[in-house]
Formats: sequence, C-alpha cells, structure tokens
Amino acid sequence: MSLKFKNAKRIEGLDSNVWIEFTELAADPSVVNLGQGLPDIPPPLYVKEELSKIAAIDSLNQYTRGFGHPPLVKALSCLYEKLYQKQIDPNKEILVTVGAYGSLFSAIQGLIDEGDEVIIIVPFYDCYEPMVKMAGATPVYISLRSKPMDGKKWSSSDWTLDPKELASKFNSKTKAIILNTPHNPIGKVYTKEELQLIADLCIKHDTLCISDEVYEWLVYSGNKHLKIATFPGMWERTITIGSAGKTFSVTGWKLGWSIGPYHLIKHLQTVQQNSLYTCATPLQEALAQAFWTDMKRMGDPECYFNSLPKELEVKRDRMAHLLESVGLKPVVPDGGYFIIADVSLLDADLSDMKNSNEPYDYKFVKWMTKNKKLSAIPVSAFCNKETKLQFEKFVRFCFIKKDSTLDAAEEIIKAWSRQKS
Amino acid sequence: MFRNSAAISLHLVGSLQRKKAGASLSRCLHQTLTMAKRLHARRLDGIDHNPWVEFTKLASEYDAVNLGQGFPDFPPPDFAVEAFQHAVSGDFMLNQYTRAFGYPPLTKILASFFGKLLGQEIDPLKNVLVTVGAYGALFTAFQALVDEGDEVIIIEPFFDCYEPMTLMAGGCPVFVPLKPTPTRDGELDSSSNWQLDPTELASKFTSRTKALVLNTPNNPLGKVFSKAELELIARLCQQHDVLCITDEVYQWLVFDGHQHISIASLPGMWERTLTIGSAGKTFSATGWKVGWVLGPERLMKHLYTVHQNSIYHCPTQAQAAVAESLEREQLHFGQPSSYFVQLPQAMQRSRDHMVRSVQSVGLRPVIPQGSYFFVADISDFKSKMPDLPGAANEPYDRRFVKWMIKNKGLVAIPVSVFYSVPQQKHFDHYIRFCFVKDESTLRAMDKKLQEWKDELGA
Repeated sequence: MSLKFKNAKRIEGLDSNVWIEFTELAADPSVVNLGQGLPDIPPPLYVKEELSKIAAIDSLNQYTRGFGHPPLVKALSCLYEKLYQKQIDPNKEILVTVGAYGSLFSAIQGLIDEGDEVIIIVPFYDCYEPMVKMAGATPVYISLRSKPMDGKKWSSSDWTLDPKELASKFNSKTKAIILNTPHNPIGKVYTKEELQLIADLCIKHDTLCISDEVYEWLVYSGNKHLKIATFPGMWERTITIGSAGKTFSVTGWKLGWSIGPYHLIKHLQTVQQNSLYTCATPLQEALAQAFWTDMKRMGDPECYFNSLPKELEVKRDRMAHLLESVGLKPVVPDGGYFIIADVSLLDADLSDMKNSNEPYDYKFVKWMTKNKKLSAIPVSAFCNKETKLQFEKFVRFCFIKKDSTLDAAEEIIKAWSRQKS
Repeated sequence: MFRNSAAISLHLVGSLQRKKAGASLSRCLHQTLTMAKRLHARRLDGIDHNPWVEFTKLASEYDAVNLGQGFPDFPPPDFAVEAFQHAVSGDFMLNQYTRAFGYPPLTKILASFFGKLLGQEIDPLKNVLVTVGAYGALFTAFQALVDEGDEVIIIEPFFDCYEPMTLMAGGCPVFVPLKPTPTRDGELDSSSNWQLDPTELASKFTSRTKALVLNTPNNPLGKVFSKAELELIARLCQQHDVLCITDEVYQWLVFDGHQHISIASLPGMWERTLTIGSAGKTFSATGWKVGWVLGPERLMKHLYTVHQNSIYHCPTQAQAAVAESLEREQLHFGQPSSYFVQLPQAMQRSRDHMVRSVQSVGLRPVIPQGSYFFVADISDFKSKMPDLPGAANEPYDRRFVKWMIKNKGLVAIPVSVFYSVPQQKHFDHYIRFCFVKDESTLRAMDKKLQEWKDELGA
C-alpha cells in the first residue's frame, strides 16, 4: 500500500524480540518457568507496605519533578555517596528513568550518534544491540571466553576478555563501551584488574563507559562488586545504571536511575524531557522510603541488600548442584540471579523441532519447554549473529524463584536424568 | 563554552598519552577534563532548552497561587484511589513485570471501551499500546514513524513537546496557525473563533509530509475541533496520504454541550490515525503516568518495536489501577454517576469562576470549549506597561508572567511557549491559566486578584 506507513529507518530490523517469543511459550501455567528474570518470590514486606501507605496520600497522585522525585533522588544520592566516596548532586548527577532499561535508552539516545562505534561484550543483555543500532551506531563485539577447565568446577570468573583483543576493538570512532557487572547471563563479577584494563582503554581512547550494574547487590561469597566509576579518571566518563526492580525484587515498578557527571547526565535529562518527561510519583516515593529503611541498617543482616544475596546464594548452589547431577555443565555465577549450563552433553533428540536454521539452544529450549515443561532462555539470544555459534550450547536458568518452583524444577530434572540412565 | 573545554582537554589528553602521567597527576587532571569528543548526539541539537523548568522554579520560590502547570490540585475520584490501593495490596505478582505492550486487563478494557466510541473493532493485542503517559505515546509514535527529512504539520498554538519530538526524530515541523477571528465589541473571545484557514492548511501539505499532529481539545486554547474542521483535516490527510497523530488527552473535558469527536472515527481515518489518550487527565491522576495509543496493526507494530527497544514495560500496578477505574466507568457510562459526566460539569463551573475573576484586573479571557485551560489576552497591559524587566528579545508574555508571579502572587504560563519561534512575536500577548483546581485555590486566586484590583484603583 503506502510507503508512508513504513517504519522509520531507525527501527529497521529491530522488530523481533527474543522475550516476546519465549515468554509466550512459557506462559502455559503447567510450565516451570526458569526463563525470564523475574522473581516469583514476594518483595520484602516493608516495601509492599510503603507502597500501600502511599496509595492513600493525595499529593502523590500528581506529576513530580521530571528528572526524579526529590525524596528519591535525595535517597539515591545519600546511598551512592557512601559507595562512590564522593558527593553526588541529586539534581544534576542523577536521573530517574523507567527501569534500568529506560536509563540504557536515555544514555544511548543522549550520547551515541550515527557513525559512532560502541563496544558490546558478548554475551550481552539483549537490548544493548538494538538500542545501539537504533541510535545509528555500529556495535563492535568482543566475546568473553572461558579458559579450559581441566575437571575443575566451572565458575563465571573463568570467563574473561583477552586484553589484546579488547584493545584492538578501540579506535577513534569508539564512543562508548557497555559494561555489565555483575553480568547477565554468565553472572561474572568483574575484578579490579579487569575493570582497570577497561578503564585504561577508556581513558586512552577518550571513550565513555555505560555501566549496567542492576545486579550490584547480588554478589556471592568471596566476591565484591566494584564500580568502574570510582576508578581514577572514570567518574567523568561513566554513566552507572541501577535498578529498583532488581534491588528490591519489584521489577514491575519499572524504576531505574543513571548516575554520572552533569556534563553527561544533562544529555540524558534532555532525552527524558523529550520522551516521557517524568516517571510515576507514588512508586518513586515508595522507593525512596524503601531506600531509607535499608540505608539505616546497611551493616545489618536484616538489610535487604545483605539478606537477598544470602538467600540467593543458597538457591544458586542448589541449582548448580541440580544441573551437575544430571550431566549438564553449569557455570557457577559469582553474582546475578542466573546460571548458564552447557546442555550439549544431554544429547537431547531435537529432530522433531522444525526450523533447523535456529541455533541449537533455541531448539533445545523450545523442546524442553514443550516436552519437559521446564523453560529457560537460550544464551545465543544474548549474542550477535556472528557469535551465536560460540554460545549455542548454553542455556540460561533464573534462580530467583520460590522453593516450590525450584522443587518442581528439581523433580523434572531428576525424572529426566532417570529417563536417560 | 563546551568547545573551549574540549580544546583544553584534547591538549591535556594528548600530553598525558605522551608523558604517561602518574596516578595522582592523572587523577588531578582528569578531575577537570571533559571528553574531547563532542558528547551529545546530534539528535539533541536545539531541543535541550525547556521553558517549564524556569517557570516551575519561579512558582516554587514565591508565595504564588499556581494556576500554571496543568495538573489538578484535588484528589482523583474515590474509585480510582481505591483501584490503586487494590493494585498495590493485592496479588504480590503485580510487583513484577507484566506484558510489555500493556497489562492484559488494561488493553482489554481500552479495546472494548474505545472500540465502541470509535465504532471500530479493536484488538487488545494488536491495536493497543500502553505507554508512560500520553507524552510517552507521542514519543513512541514520532520515533516509530517520523524519519529524517519527513515533514510534520503542527497546528499552532501547540503543546510544546510536539516540536522537539519532531526534531529529535529528524523531522521538519511545518506550522499552521489557528487564527482568531475578530470579535464584536464587548463580546468575549471564544476558542471556537480560532480557526484554520483551509487554503493555508492545504498549502502546507507536500510530498514530504509524513504526519499531521492534531490536538483536540487543544492545549492551550481549549478549542474543540468541530466535525467540519475534522473532515477538512481528514480529507487532506487522505488526499496526501498522510498519517494523523491525534492527542486527545482532554477528551472528557468538554463544556457547554460541545462534543468531542475522534478523527479516527471518520470514514477512511482509522487506518491512518494514531489516537492518544491519558489516564492522568482522564482520572485526575497525572502522577500515575499511564497513557495509550490506539491504531491499526500496520502502524502499531512499529510503535511496538520502539517500545520494546526503549522502555520495554510500563509499571504494572498503575496499569492495574487504570484498568479497574475504566471498568467502573464503562458500567456508569453516560449516567450522572459517571466521572466523565461529573468532572466536566465541575470543571465548567471552575472555568466560569476563573474566567469571571480574571476580568476584574483587565485580563481578557478566551472562553475555552474544552481542556484544562484558557488563555487570556494581556494586550492592555502590554500597552500600559510595555517595559517589564527581562532579556533583550524575551517575548512580552514571559516578562509579564515573571512580573505577575513576583508582584501579584499568581502563576500562569506565557502562551508564546506554545508557538514556533517565528510566530512568538505575534503571539506574545496571551497567558494560559489552568482552572482544574480546588475551590480553595480559586478562593486564594480571588484574594490575589482583589489585591491587584485594589492596587489598580489606587
């Protein structure tokens, strides 16, 4: 019909989305859903109660400040001042967005131009690629690679970037590198040396760093989350992104934030004032209250920032053990709430799965969902076209699930292994 | 200013690379360094300034009655507040992600409610997108469909975001004014007198025209486009194969028996129209930031693509609250108990009150047929006090509003903010008032006006 009804060029080729497809598959209530990264455990009681109380306060039903509700940006600045060991201006160095997703969008739209290059580390949270393309820029990929395991327990820390290879990806067109630590899907928590390597390259090539740290509190024993923005020379070139959804297990609140120097944040603020103007008021107020509650007891085991990772570490270990017991090779994550496993050893019979052009893990997940009533996400969904083969044996499981869900998964996996033996 | 610091930092970065400065020196230098490269993307050129920031700041600094920004200072209706409470204290899974394109019960009620109004079969999964406010809906529509070099017709005066959103999408705004027709002596102007010249409108359509943005009821004028006016626009859109993006956030705020008509309901228009609505304006809950777009699948699919690559999901609980509120209104539709009947009745009274009051100091209101606002002509002030403090080329209405906030304790918005730059000098003699305010606010306004009137008399 009419050419005028065609999409704008910026979204050409960006219409498919792995989640839409896989969430539909897993929507069947008889399927045990370890796919999408959302908790099926309730958020902490005081968080729910705060929001309940706030629903009754009239003034919170109207617009608040566009760049972030004042009590919330104040709470965020207080919290992060401690972590950054520097003063953070709540009005100029913080932007509240619609989830961390919205922060990624605002950062990329605000700072990335047509013709720029942006380094993306594979595997990557899948939105980085389309967002960079929508900004007219070229993604430049570099893969995390595992060292050979020699029968040792496989950990996310075994997956690293080759320094020379990384250096080769930087050039004068490189506008930014997107860092994700703790990493989705592998669960890698970048070490000081690894971050220093990236920082050195950013400074050398005058590159920005967009650091997606949504899982910053979910770090397991023996590991520490480090903020690249605290490294010398990095504050002024880094946007650090956080998420209420992942911090307080309230993904449906869709609140996130970007923290950085004003000369960068102001451009994200420009995007905000020209895209959605402001985020929902009552949710921001409730989030502010939740932060104050936990900030007052940061050293306490009761503080959610401490209690959640403790709770999840147990679930992580349970999942890892379960996957191992059935012949899958899990990569035990140092952080985050996902665990990936090499499923090729199962040698599942996928011959009845049509569409043989799909990577192995896509077919495997569809087969597993249909036949075993267990869903997960194929890791090649987190890869660009060229690197899909590198990761097509891996499948990602989410373990921020209640015990009964993990029990159900255990049943399925044990039955499966009995079948095979 | 930025270019100077960029030049300095380029020099410093260069010297650092040569010298391999030690940690403390590099930290010191990096403290003041900014990136040598241009930081922001070109799509932000010219759209960073926001007039609201200045006026909202001033309003908060002075003890002034805020009749500026468009939000109610009274609560949402009880059933809406209850709906929100249900959403936040019910099923704990409402604290988690919902369907990306819209919480299913909300898209279902939107499809059924508006399907009836538009006379159209609406599929909740293919013809509906829930967004972060109508603002988010507009952004999504522009990003999905406006390309580099596309022309977008914008009717002036316009809600100020249409222009920067067009620019950010690489489009060219093409403006066409609503022109006031002269009123008889002693008669108050009405928003219905402000009209498009059909020949002028037709001349704005070219082969590069991608879309026309319609806003009815209009902000800031309050004009409710008539069927004939919409038919004119529809005819031109079809003739030139142009899309229509229609911002209908104030659709329930119509007065004096006027009828809001959705252009998508006219023959031949559903397939080329995106109809935008707002829960915030519908239920007096602007802070919930829930909006929506309704349209044909072949257009909506592109908005879905933008949505899944920008924010992906909207907050779940606010959507649940809006769904429950709309379900309630569907049951009461057309009856005296309907909020959509009660709100405009109450706001008409507020409008009339404010329109009467402002005349006492020589402001000349333009009676709006709908929306939250009316504009008032300040020409008399412009001739009596032309030299109010302000920047060199600052339009008179902005200087007047600042003066009024500081000296008369009343906040309004200068209407030149809603005009394209070339038109601002012709329309610098109107200020916009929001009358969707509580009784107590109107009384406070009356008090300030009385003081002002007394000062005029003295």
